Amino acid sequence: MRVATIATQDDFDGWRLEARELACAGVPAGEVTWRVGDEFGDLLASAGGAAPAVAGVMPFSVPRPFLDLARAAIRHSDPERFGLLYSMLLRLRAMPLLIQDQTDPLLRRIEAMAKEVRRDIHKMRAFLRFREVGEGEQRGFVAWFEPTHHIVRANAAFFIDRFASMRWSILTPELSLHWDGETLREAPGAQRADAPDGDPLEETWKTYYASIFNPARVKIGAMLKEMPRKYWKNMPETALVSSLIAGAQARESAMVATSRENLGGNVAGSWEALREEAMGCTRCPLYKDATQTVFGEGPLDARLMFVGEQPGDQEDIAGKPFIGPAGQMFDRALAQAGLDRARSYVTNAVKHFKYEQRGKRRIHSKPNAGEIQACRWWYGQERELIRPAVTVALGATAARQMLGKAVTISGARGIAHRLEDGSEGWATIHPSFLLRIHERDEADAEFGRFVEDLKRVKDRLTALA
Amino acid sequence: MAQLDTREKLAILADAAKYDASCASSGTAKRSSRDGKGLGSTDGGMGICHAYAPDGRCISLLKILLTNSCIFDCHYCINRKSSNVRRARFTVDEVVQLTLAFYRRNYIEGLFLSSGIIRSSDYTMEQIVEVARRLREDHQFRGYIHLKTIPDADPELVHQAGLYADRLSINVELPTASGLKRLAPEKSGVRIEGAMGDLKGAIEDGQDARKHYRSAPKFAPAGQSTQMIVGADSANDAEIIGSASRLYDQFRLRRVYYSAFSPIPDASTILPLKRPPLIREHRLYQSDWMMRFYGFAAHEVTAAAGDDGMLPLDMDPKLAWALKFRGVFPVDINRAPKEMLLRVPGLGTKAVAAILSSRRTHALRLGDVARLAVSLKKIRPFIVAADWRPVALADCVFPLLEAKSTAQLELFAA
Repeated sequence: MRVATIATQDDFDGWRLEARELACAGVPAGEVTWRVGDEFGDLLASAGGAAPAVAGVMPFSVPRPFLDLARAAIRHSDPERFGLLYSMLLRLRAMPLLIQDQTDPLLRRIEAMAKEVRRDIHKMRAFLRFREVGEGEQRGFVAWFEPTHHIVRANAAFFIDRFASMRWSILTPELSLHWDGETLREAPGAQRADAPDGDPLEETWKTYYASIFNPARVKIGAMLKEMPRKYWKNMPETALVSSLIAGAQARESAMVATSRENLGGNVAGSWEALREEAMGCTRCPLYKDATQTVFGEGPLDARLMFVGEQPGDQEDIAGKPFIGPAGQMFDRALAQAGLDRARSYVTNAVKHFKYEQRGKRRIHSKPNAGEIQACRWWYGQERELIRPAVTVALGATAARQMLGKAVTISGARGIAHRLEDGSEGWATIHPSFLLRIHERDEADAEFGRFVEDLKRVKDRLTALA
Repeated sequence: MAQLDTREKLAILADAAKYDASCASSGTAKRSSRDGKGLGSTDGGMGICHAYAPDGRCISLLKILLTNSCIFDCHYCINRKSSNVRRARFTVDEVVQLTLAFYRRNYIEGLFLSSGIIRSSDYTMEQIVEVARRLREDHQFRGYIHLKTIPDADPELVHQAGLYADRLSINVELPTASGLKRLAPEKSGVRIEGAMGDLKGAIEDGQDARKHYRSAPKFAPAGQSTQMIVGADSANDAEIIGSASRLYDQFRLRRVYYSAFSPIPDASTILPLKRPPLIREHRLYQSDWMMRFYGFAAHEVTAAAGDDGMLPLDMDPKLAWALKFRGVFPVDINRAPKEMLLRVPGLGTKAVAAILSSRRTHALRLGDVARLAVSLKKIRPFIVAADWRPVALADCVFPLLEAKSTAQLELFAA
């Protein structure tokens, strides 16, 4: 058994010399025990520089990517790393191409180590927190950090580059670094108690952390993925996380509630602007063949909202809802039920006319699920502004828009539906259905049922007032 | 009004800045303060996220507004003139001192400064530039600075901003002109794009000058970016992707950020009041990656959208594209060119690089692919390996859907 000794946990150059010597002597990987001496290397002396050639050892070459990989992997905390790297080195000597085969289990294991080390290096740069000590000439900064791997030396240059004009110390369990503004000194590991407890600025930093967080977008998984809990104990701001998450739901509801209450007295302006924008809507392909968008109309303080299916041939040309034959049927039924159309807001589930051209006539064609969904954008905002106490869906398309799911009129008719905003919704037939019945008696009976539905709505309006 | 102290101002002015999605500190020139003068460094690479908030967002820069008072009245903005939000204003020096103090403690990579518009666009831009000037010249600050640029400000001021900042950004705000007209009546799409065009010119002139003279000043070395609000106007995904792609091409933007419209306190009544469409925002970002890293053209990405121009919410747009264009698959892992491998759902850029490298040494079997990629389940239906051919694609796709579909699909549209 051969014992190979290297100076420190992250002594790459020492490992390289030893490994080269062993490889030249043909020692198989299984016959080497790797040991780390506990002496302190002088950082600047051991960093970089070519290793002196050892007498009797012929240098040989390995692919450069392996050296970069080994330089990172050697800092891993896994005690087997020296041996694994040595096995890899022997295999690469025999077959340099192996470095390209990332399906090789040993290479993958080493790659994974190197990746964990790089991540740890990055997280130290990110999550290390300095605390100020002393004043005036004596001012300095001290950080306590607990890395997972042997990465402190590897990060020294980064902190010098960034904070060269400050005096600072980085204390970790294995090794400490002290920078006096000109030179770097290494010292043995420290304990948490050696570092200061806090910094007056931390409260300000926590204020920032709490304010920049948006309670409407909680994504805890995303936070934990990038900021694992093992780093939390040395970061002042993480103390706030649980209370921020707990309060988020309440804050978000409050945000929405405030906005709902403060209508700002500008409903008319908002509705005008909304209608104006809808005129140029291209959310679904129906705009291409239709004459124009037919938006809802009626008083903006209406307590009753009617939702039809879509504009028809005449509505498309006039730009108003419910003025064609079905609209006239609708007016007649409203009058019989004692409801005033002028006091309700009338709109359609889909705001462009969908049709098939047959000769000179444009024949109505039913909007599909995608078109209804696309138009939900406008319908939802109309509701937001009008806030009707009762909504009546005329026909299956309208019911689908109102309830957000497909229903049959026979199933949904005659019962009160609770809508998303807490108000009441009713479903009934579309007046055009009455136009398609050829039997006189049946048509009269269905018209009567329709009027009954409308009367019930009128009663509900009174009851809810 | 009582004077607010710096911490109270910070609470108000950071809160006001949280609707800006960008916090990147990446892609600028390499700098350090190794000479012992000044403070800070940039690595020229990815930038560092110093913390993460519970909203999953990275905190890399001190992201604040100089003031949240504003003479404009944009409906989607919490700081608009008609909002009842508490107002505050930092002095230039407060921002400078706060940035330096946070930086010394390793809380941040630098500063992201934006502002509501007070008095005039020029006055506001002057104040923003003054913060950057003091940091760079009086304190030799070498960390990252991102400045929000005001489209109507004097080009000379914008030019100065570019000399101090790593990155400049101008928000296009809304993906459609009609949305902008309705929600930000005082802003003009033409002016915003004009300002972006000017920036593009200045950035390119700067790069050009440095080719001839090493000492020429750097102008916004990390380029320019912009932000679009998603879910506040009626634009569908296809329109948004189209707008973004045009902006990338026309103005050489480094990034187009999407910000799902959040319900904001005291919001304007013109806006939809609902939870921000976070999944939709995520899908848009995925479509952005498809264009930036996977070699898809904008029209190919929009081909993955449905008839209503929306990307499916229950799957990644790359998968949606693959399902729509099944004829392209399966792709032979051992023979296909890089650009085809990049189109396989579930294969990222790293996995593709590993496949290209490994297949030089031997023919890859399914087990090899499993070791190189994150999840084999996702990839298997779309590839051929040395020991594997997929059966009909349809059998394998249903287990791939991620989220529960938010809209019921139906066979017979009612």
